[in-house]
Amino acid sequence: MPKLPSALRKPSKPGERGNGARRDGGGANGVEAEPHPVREKTKEGAIDVVGWVDQRTGASPFLTGLLLRKVPKGTNWFYTLGSATLFAFVVQALTGVFLAFYYVPSATEAYDSISHLTNDVFLGEFVRGLHKWGATMMIILIFLHMGRTFFFGAYKYPRELNWVIGVVLLILTLVMGLTGYLLPFDNRSYWATIVAMNITASGPVVGPYLADFLRAGSEFTATTLPRFYAVHMLLVPGLIIALIGAHLYLVVKLGTTAPPWLRAEAKPKSSREEKVG
Amino acid sequence: MAEPADKKRGATPEKPKPAGYFEGETMTRRTVFALAGQAAGGVAVAVVALPVVGFAVAPIFDRPEETWEGVGSPDDFADDTYRQAVITIVDGVGDSGKTTVYIRRGSPTLDEDPNEFIAISTRCAHLGCPVRFVQAAGNFICPCHGGVYDFEGLVIGGPPVRPLDRFQTRVNGDTVEVGPRYSVTNDLEPVRARDPGEFTGGIWEYLYPPRPTTPPPPS
Ligand code: HEM
Ligand code: FES
Repeated sequence: MPKLPSALRKPSKPGERGNGARRDGGGANGVEAEPHPVREKTKEGAIDVVGWVDQRTGASPFLTGLLLRKVPKGTNWFYTLGSATLFAFVVQALTGVFLAFYYVPSATEAYDSISHLTNDVFLGEFVRGLHKWGATMMIILIFLHMGRTFFFGAYKYPRELNWVIGVVLLILTLVMGLTGYLLPFDNRSYWATIVAMNITASGPVVGPYLADFLRAGSEFTATTLPRFYAVHMLLVPGLIIALIGAHLYLVVKLGTTAPPWLRAEAKPKSSREEKVG
Repeated sequence: MAEPADKKRGATPEKPKPAGYFEGETMTRRTVFALAGQAAGGVAVAVVALPVVGFAVAPIFDRPEETWEGVGSPDDFADDTYRQAVITIVDGVGDSGKTTVYIRRGSPTLDEDPNEFIAISTRCAHLGCPVRFVQAAGNFICPCHGGVYDFEGLVIGGPPVRPLDRFQTRVNGDTVEVGPRYSVTNDLEPVRARDPGEFTGGIWEYLYPPRPTTPPPPS
C-alpha cells in the first residue's frame, strides 16, 4: 500500500499486534486487546475511508510529492506571496458565487439588486465587502508576488514559461477588475466603463472592433452589462483556474528558486544551471 | 530498444505484418483510423466552437435601426445659443440609454445651410465624458480633463483630438427631429461616427477603419 502520513496509516488488525491476542480467540487476552472507545473507532473509521479512497486513486504518492516536496535553503516569507494570491482568488471565487445568488445583470435592475443585497440581505454587506476589498487585495498581492519572482531572478531559465503564464494571469486578473467594476451599475461604474471602452476603441485598427465587441454595438447597449457579467463570472475565472493549474504544475515540477544571495555564494559547480542543464 | 540479435548477423528480420496489411500500402490501418478519429474530433469541436464564437461576435456586424426623435418645434430654437434636449439613443437600458444634445438653428454666418438645425453631442471627443455648454463663455467644457470646444464644437483646448460629434437633424411637419450620430473633421466635414479618442483627419484617421455598426455619414 502507498505510504500515508503516519496518522493516516492503517493500523495492523487486532491479532496482528504481537501482544498475543488471536484473531479468532477470545479468552482473557482478547478482552484487553480490543478496547473500543468511541475515539478509537472514529479514528479507525476515518483511516479506513482515506485508505479506501487512496487504494482506488493512488493519490497519496502524488499528495506527498506535492505537500512534502523539498524547497531550497533560504526559502522565506516572500515565497508565500504566490499562495496568498491564490488564497485571495479563492476568496473572490467563493464570495462571487454567493453574490450571484442575488445579483441581476440587467441595466434596469442591477443597481437595485445590489442595493437590496447590501442593505436588506443578512450579512450581504459583509459578503459584498469581502468581494470588493478582496479584489483590491488580490491585485496588490499579485503585483507583490510578481515583484518577488522578479527580484529573486525566479523568471530565469528554466522558469520563463511560468513567468509568461504569470503575465497572462496578471492581465486576466486586471480584466476581472475592469469587468467587475461595471456590475454595481452606479454612475461611477457606468462612466468608468464608458471611458474604458473609449480607451479600448482608440487602440489602432482593432480597437474600434474590440470596443464594439465588448459593448455589443457602437453604444452602451442592453447586452453590454450581461456581457461583462458573463466575462467576469464565467469566462475569465475559468481561464484563471486553468492557468493557475499550469502555473502550480510548473512550480512543483521545476521546484522553486533559492534566494539570489544563496545562489551567489554557491560554488559554480553546483550552480542551478549546471544541475538543470 | 535493443537490436534484435539476428540483425547483427545480417539476416533481414521479417517484421510481423499488422492486421489488414496489403502489398504497397502507404499508410497502416492504425494511421488511417488515428487520422479519421482526429478529423472527426476536429469537426465536432468546430461544429460547437464556430457558432458560439459567431454568436458572441455577431453584434459587431449589426447596425441598429435608425431612430428619429422629436425635440421641439422649429421656433423653439435660436441661431446664437443652444437648447438642451434629452434623447434616447439605446432602448431598454433606462437612463444609461439617454443622452443630452445641444440644438440650435443654422446660422447664416457660421453654417453652410442656415435652414438646417445643428445638434451637438455632449460626448467629449477625448474619452467620452459629458460636456456642458457654458452660456457665459459660449464654449463647451468637459469636466474630466479640461477639454474645451468653441460654439461650433471645434477644439480650442485640452486633450480632445477632434470636434464634438453631431446628430443628423430634419424637420418633420412642425417638429425638429434628431437622428443618428456622425463625427466631423476639423473642417466640419461629416464622417462616419467614431468613438471618442479617434482622429477624423490626417494620416492618423486610417488607424480607425469604419465599423459596420455605424451608418454612413450624411452627404
Ligand atoms: C492568479 C495569480 C497567481 C497565482 C495564484 C500564483 C501562484 C503562485 C504560487 C503559489 C507560486 C509558488 C510559491 C511562490 O513562489 O510564491 C508561484 C510561483 C511563481 N510565479 Fe506565480 N502566481 C500568480 C501570478 C503570477 C504572476 C503575475 C507572475 C509574474 C509575471 C508569476 C510568476 C511566478 C514565477 C516565475 C514563479 C516561480 C517562482 C520560483 O520558482 O521561485 N506568477 N506562483
Ligand atoms: S473626457 Fe473630456 S477632456 Fe477627457
